Amino acid sequence: MEILVNNINKHFGAFSALKNVDLTIRSGELIALLGPSGSGKTTLLRIIAGLDYADTGTVSFGGVDMAGTPLRERQIGFVFQHYALFKHMTVRENVSFGLSVLPRGKRPQKWLIADRADELLELVQLADLGDRYPHQLSGGQRQRVALARALAIEPKVLLLDEPFGALDAKVRKELRQWLRELHLQTGVTTIFVTHDQEEALELADRVVIMEKGTIAQVDTVDRVYEHPASPFVFDFMGSTNIIPASLHGRELYLDGKLVATLSGSILPGGAVDIYVRPGDLRATGEHSEGVEVMVKSVQRTGPLVRASVTLASNDQPLIVELPHLHHDVPRFREGSRLYLRLMQYSVFPSADRLASRDSVEKPTLIGRERVREALP
Amino acid sequence: MTSMPHSTLARTRGTAFAAARLRSRSALPCSGLGLIVLIPLAGVFFKAATLGPAEIWNIVSSERVLAALKLSFGTALLAALLNAVFGLLVAWVFVRYEFPGKRLFDAAIDLPFALPTAVAGIALTALYAGNGWIGSLLEPLGLKVAYTPLGIVVALTFIGLPFVVRTVEPVLRDAEKEFEEAAASLGARRWQTIWRVILPSILPSLLTGFALAFARGVGEYGSVIFIAGNIPFVSEIAPLLIVIRLEEFNYAAATTVAATMLVVSFAMLLVINVLQAWSNRHSIRHAPTAIKEK
Repeated sequence: MEILVNNINKHFGAFSALKNVDLTIRSGELIALLGPSGSGKTTLLRIIAGLDYADTGTVSFGGVDMAGTPLRERQIGFVFQHYALFKHMTVRENVSFGLSVLPRGKRPQKWLIADRADELLELVQLADLGDRYPHQLSGGQRQRVALARALAIEPKVLLLDEPFGALDAKVRKELRQWLRELHLQTGVTTIFVTHDQEEALELADRVVIMEKGTIAQVDTVDRVYEHPASPFVFDFMGSTNIIPASLHGRELYLDGKLVATLSGSILPGGAVDIYVRPGDLRATGEHSEGVEVMVKSVQRTGPLVRASVTLASNDQPLIVELPHLHHDVPRFREGSRLYLRLMQYSVFPSADRLASRDSVEKPTLIGRERVREALP
Repeated sequence: MTSMPHSTLARTRGTAFAAARLRSRSALPCSGLGLIVLIPLAGVFFKAATLGPAEIWNIVSSERVLAALKLSFGTALLAALLNAVFGLLVAWVFVRYEFPGKRLFDAAIDLPFALPTAVAGIALTALYAGNGWIGSLLEPLGLKVAYTPLGIVVALTFIGLPFVVRTVEPVLRDAEKEFEEAAASLGARRWQTIWRVILPSILPSLLTGFALAFARGVGEYGSVIFIAGNIPFVSEIAPLLIVIRLEEFNYAAATTVAATMLVVSFAMLLVINVLQAWSNRHSIRHAPTAIKEK
C-alpha cells in the first residue's frame, strides 16, 4: 500500500510539531523515521495511523484520502512502545482481539479465530505461550505478542512506535533481525520510529531523518551515511569532529596550511566547517595535506584505540579512532604533535555564516571528498 | 542435628525462617487490631449471648427488626450501585477532561468525607422536604423523597460517592489511553473498547469502591435519621433501632441487632472480596514486575 503524506502541519498549543511535511512511501517498503526526541517522528507516525489529526495536509493510502476514515477502519497494525497488551486477556485472547471485534457478519467462527491466533503465535515463535497472561512474559515476548496482535487483522500498513525502545541491547538485536525477516515474509508496508541510528541503518530500506518538525533527509541507508544533506544529519548519524577552515577554489586551508583538496566543482568560497568522523582520520607527514594536532590522551576501548587530540591552531578538541592493530597507533603518544589526514569528510558553510544569513535557508553540502587509504 | 540430611535441615530452617517472618510481620498489627477492633466486636457477641438462643431468634425474627435490616441493607446496596455507576462517570470525567472549575469540583467531591453527617442529613432534608427547593419540584410529580426509603437512598448516595470516585480515579489514570488506541486500531468500536478493555481493567477498583460505599451506607446513621422520618416498618434503619433499644436500656436486644448486622455485613464484604480477588487475578499480583520492565 503506497502512503502519501502531503503538506502536513501540526501544532500543540504554540509548539509547532510538524512543518510542511511531505513524504512518499512505496508499497512494501520498510521505512525508519529517525530523529532526536522532539523532532516530530512519533507525531508523524500517529497522524499516518489516524491516532492524531493534522492541522492541515492529507494522508492517503493507495491513492485514497484517509481524512474521513477513522482509526478503526484504516486497517493499520499499530505497535506501541510499551506494547499496550490487554492485561486481563491471555496471549491468545490478545492476538484474537482484532478478529473477535469484527461485525457479526464478517467475524470468523470461534475455532477459526483460535486457529488464526495459533498460526500467528507460531509466526512470532510463541506457540506454546498462548495461555499465559502478558505479565508472565518477558519484554521481548510481549513485543512479539503485540506484533502478532497487530498482524492478526491483516493490516495494509504496519506502524511501530519505538518498537525496541524498552528492551535491553541483546534482545533488541535479535528482534531487529527477526522483524527484518518477518517483513520479507509478509511484505507489508512498514514504518517504524526510532531514535537509534544503528537500528534504522540495520533495518530500513530508506531512512527519514527528522529535525525540529521537518524532514532533513529521505534517502537509502547508504546515501544518508555517505551523503548527509546537512550538518544536522551528519552529526546525528554518528560522532562528529568539526574543523573550521576556509575554502579557496577547491582547496581547504587552516591557518595557511593546505588541509585537503576537493575534487568536485565547489561553490562559494569563504569560511566553512569540515565534518569528519573519528574513524576517518589518519596520521600523515608534515608536508602532505593535513591538520596539525597535539595528542592529549590515548585510550583503548575494546577493538578501538581512541585518541583525544586538539587542533594546534586553536586548541579545539577532536577525537580520532583507529582499529587497535592499525599501523598508525604507535604514532599517537601523549604529548606528541602530528598531522592528521582527512580520509572522508563533508564540507558545509560555517555555522557563523549560516547564522548571519538573513534567510533561514537550509545549510547545504558544498562538497565532500573521499580519500583512499594508501597501503604503507 | 549433624545426622540430619541436608534437605531436611534446609526445610526446617526454611520453615523456621518463614515462621519468624510471619511472627514479626503479624504480631504488631494483631495486637493493635485486637485492642482496637476485635475486642469491641467480641464484646457485641458476648453481650448478645447473655440471651438464650430462643430469645435471640425472637428478636432477630421480629417484624420490626427484619424490616429495619432489610431497609438498611437494601438501601445501602442500592446506593452503592448508584455510586458505582455515577462515581465511575465522575472519575472518568476528572481523568479525561479539562474544564473550568475542575479543581474546585474535585475538592467538593471529598466534602462528604469531611462534613459531619448530621449536617449532610439536615441539608438534604431541607432540600428534599415538600417545601424544599428540590422537594417542591418533585412533589407535584408524585415523588416524595424526604421521609421515605427513597430519601435514605439519596442520603447514602451522597455519603458514598467519594469512596467510588477516589478508588477508581487512580486506576483509571493508569489505564493509559494507549489501550484504547490499541483496541481502536484493531477495529474495536467504542462500546467494544469500553466493555472489553476498559471495564475489565478497572473492575477490581470499582468493586473496592462499591464495597466501601456499601459498608459506609450500612453503618450510616447521622445523615439518614434526619431525612428518613424514621417510621417503624417503613423508614426506620437498623442502626436507629439499635439506638432506640439502647435508650430503652435493653442492651441485650441492641447488641443482638448489632451482631446480626455484623454477621450480614461480614458475609457480604467477604463475597465482594472474593469477587475482587477473582477480577484481580491478572493485574495486581504481578504489578511490580510489570512496572520494573517498563
